[in-house]
Amino acid sequence: MSDIYRVACAAGFSGDRLGVAKPLVDSLLKSGGPACLIFESLAERTLALAQLERRQNDHLGYEPLLEEMVEPILLDCVQAGIPIVGNFGAANPFAAAAVIARLAKEKNLPKLKIAVVTGDDISGSEYQATINAHLTKSDKGLLERSQLVSANVYLGAKEIANAISSGAQVVVTGRVADPALTVGPLMAHFKRRWDDWNFLASATMAGHLLECGAQVTGGYFADPGYKEVPNLSQVGFPIIEFDAQGNICVTKPEGTGGVVNRLTVTEQLLYELHDPAAYLTPDVVADITQATIHDCGDNRVELIGVKGHPRPDSLKANICIDGGWLAEAEISYAGHHALERAQLAAKIIRDRIGKELTLRVDFIGSSSVFVSDAGEGPVIKPSQSFEDIRLRVAAAHQDRGLAIKVCREVTALYTCGPAGGGGVRTSLKPRLNTLVALIPRDEIKPSYSFYGAGK
Amino acid sequence: MKVKNHLAPLHYIAHARTGDKGSRSNISVIAYRKEDFLILQRELTEEKVKAHFEFRNPSAVKRYELPNLQALNFVIDDLLDGGVNLSLNLDSHGKSLSYWLLSMEIDIS
Repeated sequence: MSDIYRVACAAGFSGDRLGVAKPLVDSLLKSGGPACLIFESLAERTLALAQLERRQNDHLGYEPLLEEMVEPILLDCVQAGIPIVGNFGAANPFAAAAVIARLAKEKNLPKLKIAVVTGDDISGSEYQATINAHLTKSDKGLLERSQLVSANVYLGAKEIANAISSGAQVVVTGRVADPALTVGPLMAHFKRRWDDWNFLASATMAGHLLECGAQVTGGYFADPGYKEVPNLSQVGFPIIEFDAQGNICVTKPEGTGGVVNRLTVTEQLLYELHDPAAYLTPDVVADITQATIHDCGDNRVELIGVKGHPRPDSLKANICIDGGWLAEAEISYAGHHALERAQLAAKIIRDRIGKELTLRVDFIGSSSVFVSDAGEGPVIKPSQSFEDIRLRVAAAHQDRGLAIKVCREVTALYTCGPAGGGGVRTSLKPRLNTLVALIPRDEIKPSYSFYGAGK
Repeated sequence: MKVKNHLAPLHYIAHARTGDKGSRSNISVIAYRKEDFLILQRELTEEKVKAHFEFRNPSAVKRYELPNLQALNFVIDDLLDGGVNLSLNLDSHGKSLSYWLLSMEIDIS
């Protein structure tokens, strides 16, 4: 492969393992060629939670771990000209840019060019009619009866690419399609047309392989005796080598744990994919029906033959609304007849509130309350005559007062339930509900600007 | 191997991963050996997969074939009781469901 561009991914979701970016950047520096580093830290729920946080405090609503993610590698990346691209802006990309600008200042770096991509947030009143026009009738009714928490369109890669071409050293986004974090830098580097569908589709599938972090390098893969993964506790995060023909090679930093092979890459290629002939993204419709995967070295796997079709006319939007309350409560029964006692406890809860709430009941167990803090003691095997059952009761309701009854009734089992119950834990959490709308592309106005420009 | 006649759990010949979008789940099933893809094709019909998950009330199952990758991709509608935001299940993403499919007994002859 000639003219290789490398993309490394140091996060697959908000809350992913910290400390993985340094080995990636060290590996990029060693390879020496053009490269970028991405962080994917936004899921369906994450953005809505960030929006709630922003409402409480104007300076928050971005990725909570942003500082810990970026701080260890900021200096190296800036000095080596490796752009950092992340959707860690979540609901407040300007606040995230401010944090990175402050980090740079603390490191005595000259003022950074930090691009902020906007246009994804359509929660403002000016978009209300647009959203309403593109919801199903039943979802429209749901939205009218609930509180809107967030509304975001999945943007494509163009603004990220333009920002990098204009010299951005860091690009902060809110909601963009996950592969766009990879497609943007690749389009900026290879300078392809935005209707080069095959190239865009390859770049998109490269982004898809990267977007879940270690899921392509042996994370979320191990099944002892069937699928072995060496040194999983030190699993390395992925690096993609991408060439001008759109060929993709997946690898990971030398000396890290995990494994890259045909199996890990196939699992990740098909992850969250529906029709393999039509993987819809804002930039292209990707088609992997003719694609092939093969091992091409130690922890190196090649994906070739991805095809592309013209991009869709509409963009997907996630609309998050208030979804009432989720109540969960648990209690343990262990030893002789534990399952029967737990079943009796569940019957008591059903008798008392089963008419008011739809209850879910789980009977969980292998080893818990009998073992010591060091984990020593009986581990339950199916043949044994005693058990270790944790009863879990869950329910959800719009009315907080009603939902909380689950917590109260399970707690009351301490003295009013079957014998030997212990270790009650309860939790009551606000719940979110997500609606999906397809918004015509021309009604969305994505753009980017440089943080602090003109000030 | 506990193989009765020619019946064996799917996990003897294949691995799998589940993804979710809302209440829709996709489960990829990948043969370890190229030649076993034909068994997957023959044994894992949409009807059988739907029946295997019947207790979760799926509304539809669509199967996609990827012979180059020796894989099948199943897209299963309404499997997740509303999905990550609405489900009362501990595994609200349905991440563990790949292992339920891998427990299915198939004819490996």
